[in-house]
Amino acid sequence: MSILIYADTSNGALTKNAFEAVNYGAQLAQKTGDVAVAVVTGSASGLEELGKYGVNKVIHVADAGLDNFDPQKVTHVINEVANAQGAKTIIFSHDYAGKSVAPRLAAKLDAGLVTGAVAIPNTDGGFVVKKAVFSGKAFANVEISSDVKIISVLPNSIEKQIGEGSASVENMSVDVPSTGLTVKEVRKESTELSLTEADIVVSAGRGLKGPENWGMIEELAHELGAATACSRPVADIGWRPHHEHVGQTGIAIRPNLYFAIGISGAIQHLAGVNGSKVIVVINTDAEAPFFKAADYGIVGDAFEVVPKLIEAVKKLKAS
Amino acid sequence: MKILVCISKAPDTTAKIAFTDGNTKFDENGVQFIVNPYDEWYALVRGLELKEANGGTVTVLNVGGAENDPVIRKALAIGADDAVRIDASTTDALSVAKQIAAYAKEQSYDMILCGKETIDYNGSQVAGMVAELMNLPYVSLATKLDVNGSTATIERDVEGGVEVVEVSGAFVLSAAKGMAEARIPNMRGIMAARTKPLAVVPAIETSAKTSIKSFELPPAKSACKLVDAANVEELVNLLHNEAKAI
Ligand SMILES: Cc1cc2nc3c(=O)[nH]c(=O)nc-3n(C[C@H](O)[C@H](O)[C@H](O)COP(=O)(O)OP(=O)(O)OC[C@H]3O[C@@H](n4cnc5c(N)ncnc54)[C@H](O)[C@@H]3O)c2cc1C
Ligand SMILES: Nc1ncnc2c1ncn2[C@@H]1O[C@H](COP(=O)(O)O)[C@@H](O)[C@H]1O
Repeated sequence: MSILIYADTSNGALTKNAFEAVNYGAQLAQKTGDVAVAVVTGSASGLEELGKYGVNKVIHVADAGLDNFDPQKVTHVINEVANAQGAKTIIFSHDYAGKSVAPRLAAKLDAGLVTGAVAIPNTDGGFVVKKAVFSGKAFANVEISSDVKIISVLPNSIEKQIGEGSASVENMSVDVPSTGLTVKEVRKESTELSLTEADIVVSAGRGLKGPENWGMIEELAHELGAATACSRPVADIGWRPHHEHVGQTGIAIRPNLYFAIGISGAIQHLAGVNGSKVIVVINTDAEAPFFKAADYGIVGDAFEVVPKLIEAVKKLKAS
Repeated sequence: MKILVCISKAPDTTAKIAFTDGNTKFDENGVQFIVNPYDEWYALVRGLELKEANGGTVTVLNVGGAENDPVIRKALAIGADDAVRIDASTTDALSVAKQIAAYAKEQSYDMILCGKETIDYNGSQVAGMVAELMNLPYVSLATKLDVNGSTATIERDVEGGVEVVEVSGAFVLSAAKGMAEARIPNMRGIMAARTKPLAVVPAIETSAKTSIKSFELPPAKSACKLVDAANVEELVNLLHNEAKAI
């Protein structure tokens, strides 16, 4: 049997989340003795690279009608490819693309779906997938009992195993149905690093007093190659754009390193960032709840600490 | 304009997360339940705004038992015209989606608005499943929705940007932040909600494809390492040498 993994592209190049999903599928295949195969839709290049992430074969459905992302079309195509490959397990990333295709495909195939998986499934006697629930405050072990099983992998949650080799790319053509949806425009915020894909995020809150003080936050982020984020009130009062709002009602992120500067650490904020590997808190108030969730902290005034931090990072980079 | 808003019940964002029965059940003791924030703040409010501008009706739909009625009344208090509860005990997302689709197929809604995910199980599943079961376009994680005749223009979040799509005819959407500003119910709304229709319809047969075997809490964080504010370089050293994060 085979395990099929949907590898998403952005502007024709595979995304970080795609490599991760493919590697997840390959690790599962190794465990169950299945064959892992990746599928890519629309114009794309560099697909051989997926060999390093554990698949020997990539099915490429390069129809130009798929260049603009339409979940209904992609669902149709993946279903056709899954049939052709005899795939019983289908893997996605739990990213923007996966969130819109995986549920459709599950309904189409009458298959059990677990979204936001954080570990390779436990297959001892059943098929149990661990996923984050309650906005990262807990995990659930969910059993899938249907014949076809679908999983989406929470970004940045598995250890990648990278090897050698290059995958062979097979072209496949699929009749793409027409739908009621037309993509009019895609606006990429190309100057900024995407918040959900960033390894390091520098985030600040109401402790910064006003939007005019964000210069040092941006500079620190720039020095670290990081994306910037903020707490909800900061976005609500318009100090920062809404897409920077992280937390339970904003976006959830799981970077390797998260700086929280002048943010108190309310439970709804933590819900969106508690998956970060390392958390650093800078706050004047030693009693701020964020310190309980932090790995490293400085009790101090952001206006004094952050400029020094920028200098120290510059010095490290120069050394 | 005939609008359906699917609402789920969720524990309040500050609820203590604990489990009972050998970590197999969420401990509801002392937990306040609310309308799932994405459903209420964004999907429902945008539905009401569209109705106010164009005329029509907003119906809220919940799949669940009678214990959900107080939460459904909250949505009526915000301004929905009427409510439907499909009387099923919820098992998994696909079962819920099948209930919604079976009901909605008979009603010819112009749009079905959902939230981007429930804040308890964080599925992000039901809306896309409903769309597939009804063979309708699905626009996920939408942040803006405008309607002009039978064409809707929707902005949705994509990796590192925004996509603008146009949909003709009926569609299903999941709403994320940006779509509307949350409304607070007023006294009149709360009074009116008591007498608005809440129809209870029987469930169809479904079988669950997934089931939760157990829950786990994350391992406790070890204590935070504090660095003196006068010694910021030490923090950078720790992040570089110990945490290997920069
Ligand atoms: C249903 C619901 C959903 C919510 N969802 C979210 C969400 O998704 N994301 C989110 O962020 N919030 C969310 N909130 C709001 C949340 O409860 C908090 O109100 C919010 O996170 C507080 O933001 P803050 O930490 O920036 O501000 P504050 O709580 O005002 O904290 C400011 C902090 O800055 C510190 N400070 C002050 N001056 C300085 C200085 N000079 N240097 C360093 N530190 C300083 C203070 O000690 C304080 O700890 C939600 C609330 C509700 C009810
Ligand atoms: N039991 C339910 N009844 C009605 N709508 C629901 C129910 N569960 C989920 N939904 C809708 O589907 C969305 C996504 O839910 P989920 O897939 O559970 O994350 C929610 O935001 C609701 O709009």
